[in-house]
Amino acid sequence: MIDDRPHAVAWWLWALGLAVVAVKLSNPVPMVALGAVIFCVGYLRQSPAAWGRSLMLFVKIGAVVILVRLIFQMLFGERIPGHTLFAIPSVALPSWAAGVSIGGPVTAESLITAGIVGLKLALILLAFGAANAIASPRELLRSLPGVFNEIAVAISVGLCFLPELINAVQRVRSARKLRGRPTKGIAGFRGIVVPVLEEALEHSMELALSMGARGFGRTSSTPSRRRSALCGVSAILGVAGLILGTYGLLSAGSSIPNPGVLCGVGAVFLSLGVVASGRRSVRTRYRPIPFGWRSMVCVVSGWLGLVGISILQSSSPDATSYAPYPLVWPTVSVAALACVAVGLVALAVSPRPALRPSGRSKHMAEATSR
Amino acid sequence: MIRFTSTSFRYEAEKPWVLDGVDLVIEEGEFVVVVGPTGVGKSTFLKTLNGLVPTFSGGEYAGEVVVGGRSLSSNRPADMADLVGYVGQNPSASFVTERVEDELAYAMENLGLDPVTMRRRVEDALDVMSLHEIRESPLGELSGGQRQRVAIAAVLAAAPKILVLDEPTSALDPGAAEEVLSALTRLVHDVGLTVIVAEHRLERVLPFADQVIVLEHNGVIHVGPPASMMAHSPIAPPLVELGNLLGWAPLAMSVREARRRVGDVKARLEDRELPTVRPIPEGSALTTSNLTLNYGEQRALKRVTLDFAPGTLYALLGRNGSGKTTLLNVMAGLLRPSHGTALLHGQPPFRMAPSDRIDLVGLVPQDPGDLLYAQEVGEECRTADREHHLEEGSTLEMVQKILGKIELTRHPNDLSEGQRLSLALAVVMAAKPKVLLLDEPTRGLDYCAKLSLIEQLHLLRSEGVCVVVATHDVEFVAQSADQAIVLSQGEVIAQGSAREVICHTPVFAPQVAKVFSPLDWLTVKEVMTALGGKR
Repeated sequence: MIDDRPHAVAWWLWALGLAVVAVKLSNPVPMVALGAVIFCVGYLRQSPAAWGRSLMLFVKIGAVVILVRLIFQMLFGERIPGHTLFAIPSVALPSWAAGVSIGGPVTAESLITAGIVGLKLALILLAFGAANAIASPRELLRSLPGVFNEIAVAISVGLCFLPELINAVQRVRSARKLRGRPTKGIAGFRGIVVPVLEEALEHSMELALSMGARGFGRTSSTPSRRRSALCGVSAILGVAGLILGTYGLLSAGSSIPNPGVLCGVGAVFLSLGVVASGRRSVRTRYRPIPFGWRSMVCVVSGWLGLVGISILQSSSPDATSYAPYPLVWPTVSVAALACVAVGLVALAVSPRPALRPSGRSKHMAEATSR
Repeated sequence: MIRFTSTSFRYEAEKPWVLDGVDLVIEEGEFVVVVGPTGVGKSTFLKTLNGLVPTFSGGEYAGEVVVGGRSLSSNRPADMADLVGYVGQNPSASFVTERVEDELAYAMENLGLDPVTMRRRVEDALDVMSLHEIRESPLGELSGGQRQRVAIAAVLAAAPKILVLDEPTSALDPGAAEEVLSALTRLVHDVGLTVIVAEHRLERVLPFADQVIVLEHNGVIHVGPPASMMAHSPIAPPLVELGNLLGWAPLAMSVREARRRVGDVKARLEDRELPTVRPIPEGSALTTSNLTLNYGEQRALKRVTLDFAPGTLYALLGRNGSGKTTLLNVMAGLLRPSHGTALLHGQPPFRMAPSDRIDLVGLVPQDPGDLLYAQEVGEECRTADREHHLEEGSTLEMVQKILGKIELTRHPNDLSEGQRLSLALAVVMAAKPKVLLLDEPTRGLDYCAKLSLIEQLHLLRSEGVCVVVATHDVEFVAQSADQAIVLSQGEVIAQGSAREVICHTPVFAPQVAKVFSPLDWLTVKEVMTALGGKR
């Protein structure tokens, strides 16, 4: 059952592709459609485990982002001329604060522009929120190449640590209640934080001990100096290529030639460097999920839309971009909508997540009461 | 398999040696039990077996330890991971991953085993520790007993030749402890695993032991077969005490052996009167009626109706996760019941202000250290005096009554388990509550510390305090409790005098009761009195 699931990396790449699409778009019609696509896939494929419930959280964060962007536009935004909807009393600022305005007339154009920028941010958040809900970041970390093992373990231990911390806070709180001490206010805060931190420190020592005793950090023979230098150079070249390429891809009108090719070459160099340095670690992986055709299709469904949108951008700009000057309805382009809808293909290649028998509540009793 | 050659260790220069010139050989395939009073260095000794001491602890180290042909002076703990499996005292703190299955595979991933072998060994380990049903579960949702089993399985999966366990059964109920220990014995017999266990509840592990290592405070170590070593051990389980009383040589190590040899004594005990049950005083300190508590959909307590009298010691028994801790928390006012009531002097405890509540009820939680905040013992006592408007020094006096002399400048975290418990107990008792609740107080206590705890509780009982102790330690219950209550899945399934309740459930029966079954004798002391002091 596990094996016909797309790989965690595939899901995160899918999300990355759709996030780039969101960056490229400024036409609200395909943008809203993109949001619907991401939400659909995320909702239908979210994991039944605890981290699977994060999708709604990201939706809420996205909504807050849009709202905050609109409010800021109304209060402090640039005064774009156009159709005034209403006015906010403005504050006269001294001359040295030129360029900053507080209050003033609020136009439909300014709100639309701000809303589109907010929506863009919200979509990026939603894309990664969906990936997070489908394949936990921990699963992604597990798939990192050997050379990142130490970092991956550190991050994943950190992720573990948060629920532990919440638990500890609850325990210390009830202990304070048992002694009739305050649990609120500054005194209460200090009384809780100090023991919790003390415990966290002790906990991390014990964890380090357990990891050491279980073979963490075993290495095979140390590599030759020449070889590690080669790995380093190749990785640096790779990163440089990737950065330049991405810059070229994302910023319109940059002078970098063939950014796509640059990206590809960079990626190859980087993977070579990473794989070669990873040889040193003896670590193997338990029940690795194969990166099969389903995973490939999943990645393609995230990135095919991007290719389509890029082509549309040059052939018919109105389909993908929109600016409210003049204030008309945005173009509804079937081609753009189709490009966005390609993201749904991922649904077809992934099975519906199995419902885990709810063993959760079973031991909550103990966990909570501690 | 393991050879110590004049090995010495201490944490700091000028401090006494924890190990002093130890020469020791442990053969392959032996079940070794490490015995010694609290704070003698059992954990330290166990950690030298794979180099965690001195690698992680620092300190002064001399001599050589060779394990499986590898010298520990040239190998790090990580390099020993394929040979020595180590399970620490606190299993939850050792978890690296999030799910049971991943945790089992973690050590093997580090060792670089191929996925096929790994998969097979994970399945084996799941079987050995019966973890099949929870293989997909997140570690944070497991009960204490399950966590302990996962921690052991996680180490077993890497197929070490030597398994080192620090107090593996202290968090387990008697049934689960039995299960874990018999699984280990099976491995000793079937695959020649060498098992080294440090445990305070000797009555649980001694029947399985091939060798006993006794640690003494001056860093000296004695090794030998259990029967001869236990005859001189400073701490002894009831069975050994009984053997000493009846002058057995060699001592009986298992209940079965003792039953065979106890024939004539049993005949003599048959016409002796059992000690009378302490009458329950009039009045009521705390009552619950139809108490139900839900965590989400899970029922933690179901219609619990109980009446606790003052001046009586109650033992609360039951499996891991049967609702003991929840019941104590409700009685202490930390949790609000979903239905039904708990009444403390006619009032529901969760409604009272914390500062009023502590005058009526005190709870010492599983980790007594949670209750202590001050940086020094003396400071902690003074704060307690001040808070409860007591005469200066009265809390300290109480601490000293239990502990004897204690350094006032020590940090509570540096105290031994038993000392910390006594300090927490004294701090709680400073408010002079009418009801005292203790959650699993005997964890990490040796027999002597347990005895002084019992004395202290009996003193409080005679002052009219109602004491309720939730515990897995049946020997402790046998020695201390008047009444016993057994919980299962949140329901009260048995209640009555401690003698009646624990003698008639095989899981909870103490060793003496098992030996003299069907007679209801609970402790060696009772038997001794009945036999007239001497045999």
